[in-house]
Amino acid sequence: MVPVNYYIALSAILFIIGAMGVLVRRNALIIFMSVELMLNAANVALVAFSSANNSLDGQIFVFFIMTVAAAEVAVGLALIVAIFRSKNSINVDEINMLKG
Amino acid sequence: MTVDLILFLILAAVAIATALGMLLSRNAVYSALFLVLNFATVAVFYLLLGAPFIALTQVTVYAGAIMVLFLFVIMLLGTEELPKGEGLNWQKPMAVILAVVLMVEATFLIFVQEPVADLISNSPSADFGGPRAIGELLFSRYLLPFEVTSILLLVAMVGAIVLTLNKKEGGQK
Repeated sequence: MVPVNYYIALSAILFIIGAMGVLVRRNALIIFMSVELMLNAANVALVAFSSANNSLDGQIFVFFIMTVAAAEVAVGLALIVAIFRSKNSINVDEINMLKG
Repeated sequence: MTVDLILFLILAAVAIATALGMLLSRNAVYSALFLVLNFATVAVFYLLLGAPFIALTQVTVYAGAIMVLFLFVIMLLGTEELPKGEGLNWQKPMAVILAVVLMVEATFLIFVQEPVADLISNSPSADFGGPRAIGELLFSRYLLPFEVTSILLLVAMVGAIVLTLNKKEGGQK
């Protein structure tokens, strides 16, 4: 028997580690992986609530989130490859073409 | 301390350690491999929570397809390690401070509030979270979102192909 709070705390910790990765790292690929980690943390919370309330709707939500994540990864990695072709770097500090 | 709780604590330690490993390793390939381990641990959490279908989807879609795509792009671009640039030096301590503040707030709120629901029991009904139950719900109440998902995937596929199209060679159109 594990209280729901423990799962929510775990989910919050994973989410915060992901957010820290987005803020600290400069490699666009690792930033992207951190975004995946944050999505996953949200999924943990949804499944925990679904199981605590004995209702399957949370799990359906997780299923849809996974679909969106897969689509996002396909488009995002294509964007990173396109950026690498034009700038020859994926350091996000060097991608500042819109800066005046 | 029941068996469930001990299992949860060990798995939580593994999940947090692998997430930190993903965050801290300098080599992007190691980061990706740490993240695979993290996704596998989360899949075991789903099994503990009585969601076998979601657990296996997690393994195939996240740990399988998505991370293979990541590793493929890392190795294709050859950017495992960025050269050490100067960057914005004040950002890192700032980010760590803000993250710690957020974490303290979150844990405080989670444990000060009354429990939002009862304990998660270890004995859900026979087919809770199985493919049959999920499928019945997915193809009845959630049929429209399910169909919209297919359009989303199609758009993502077309978008990825268009973005990576080499315009110099394919310029005859």
